[in-house]
Amino acid sequence: MSTEESLWNIFINASLVNNFVLAYFLGICPFLGVSGKMETATRMGGAVTFVMLISSMCAYGIHALLIAINAPFLQLISYIVVIASTVQLVEMFVKKMSPALFRQLGIFLPLITTNCAILGLALFQTNKGYNFGQSFVYALGAGAGFTLALILIAGLREKLEFAEVPDIVKGTALTLLIAGILSLSFMGFAGLGS
Amino acid sequence: MEDNVANNTSEQNKTGLSTDEFIKGLWRDNPVFVQVLGMCPVLAVSNTALNALAMGLATAFVLLMSNILVSALRNFIPKEVRIASYILIIATFVTVTDYAIQAISLDLHKALGAFISLIVVNCLILSRAEAFASKNTIGKSIMDALGMGVGFTFALFCLGAVREILGNGSIFDIALFPHNFQEWVVMILPAGGFFTLAIWLLIFNGFKTKKAAV
Repeated sequence: MSTEESLWNIFINASLVNNFVLAYFLGICPFLGVSGKMETATRMGGAVTFVMLISSMCAYGIHALLIAINAPFLQLISYIVVIASTVQLVEMFVKKMSPALFRQLGIFLPLITTNCAILGLALFQTNKGYNFGQSFVYALGAGAGFTLALILIAGLREKLEFAEVPDIVKGTALTLLIAGILSLSFMGFAGLGS
Repeated sequence: MEDNVANNTSEQNKTGLSTDEFIKGLWRDNPVFVQVLGMCPVLAVSNTALNALAMGLATAFVLLMSNILVSALRNFIPKEVRIASYILIIATFVTVTDYAIQAISLDLHKALGAFISLIVVNCLILSRAEAFASKNTIGKSIMDALGMGVGFTFALFCLGAVREILGNGSIFDIALFPHNFQEWVVMILPAGGFFTLAIWLLIFNGFKTKKAAV
């Protein structure tokens, strides 16, 4: 258990060294789906970060409660329920505040529920035994890393729209190849903040 | 006795009708190569063939069980809360699988780590529950789950085998190449997962366009 980790280290680790998308492969579905346009990618990143922060704090509380009543087997079920309700909350909020954004995110907003990055975050922070402050920073770092990866890919894909690629490479395969190259370059961060 | 016979024949009819559902998941609508669903575990645990196979089987099991239950309860679950109910059903079976794997092999459980729990958010399972099991009979849903499950396992194994052979020079821990084989370490690293999947997708797309051209 590395509960003594400094907050700065946790942030750097979550956002760059062990980037959720490029090193842990979490949240690949929205990553492939909404990374076509820069603007959508930024907003999606914001929404995911927000949900991550809330659900990570809730997960901390739930974990403490489940340990207290000695029922760790309920962990997964209660986490997923909390995440689903948080997403519902965000959805209502966005619908009210910005209908245009709501239309743009479309199906991907409810799909945050099945975004592995969020459940993954809750599980990892529990496994690592982080305290409340550490969990918060971990969620912040993971969200920042997710947004960063999404924006990087979106920028590259916008440029590639004008490139001439063979027909069979177009679409998912091309995005995966870019993601692979990005993942290679993110390996350069290894060793940072350890 | 008569009941039994009647059941049997209706069962046979169902299987006769739904071989198509099975084949569909295996090839034409393969969850990984064609629908590109459930990518996270596909990329994350496919660094060796064994991990990939175990993950595929675990997912297939959860898929089968949740499809059966969703299909059996499809007339009882109110429309408004259906997604939440599906997720709860899936989460239950994932917890069962998690504890079962822990009991069978602790090493495997360590290798797969949090990704067993993450089966819960595998888009593949939820999408099959929503798109198929909630509208079809149990028999059909079973065939659908089997087809999709086997298709998913097959795809995972394809990736895992390629990555292990190139990245480690072995398959199922059996060395394939002579000593001086230089491993392609990058294949085991995250980047290798992206590349391998991209190449498999290319191969599939190539087949599809060739067929369309003919």
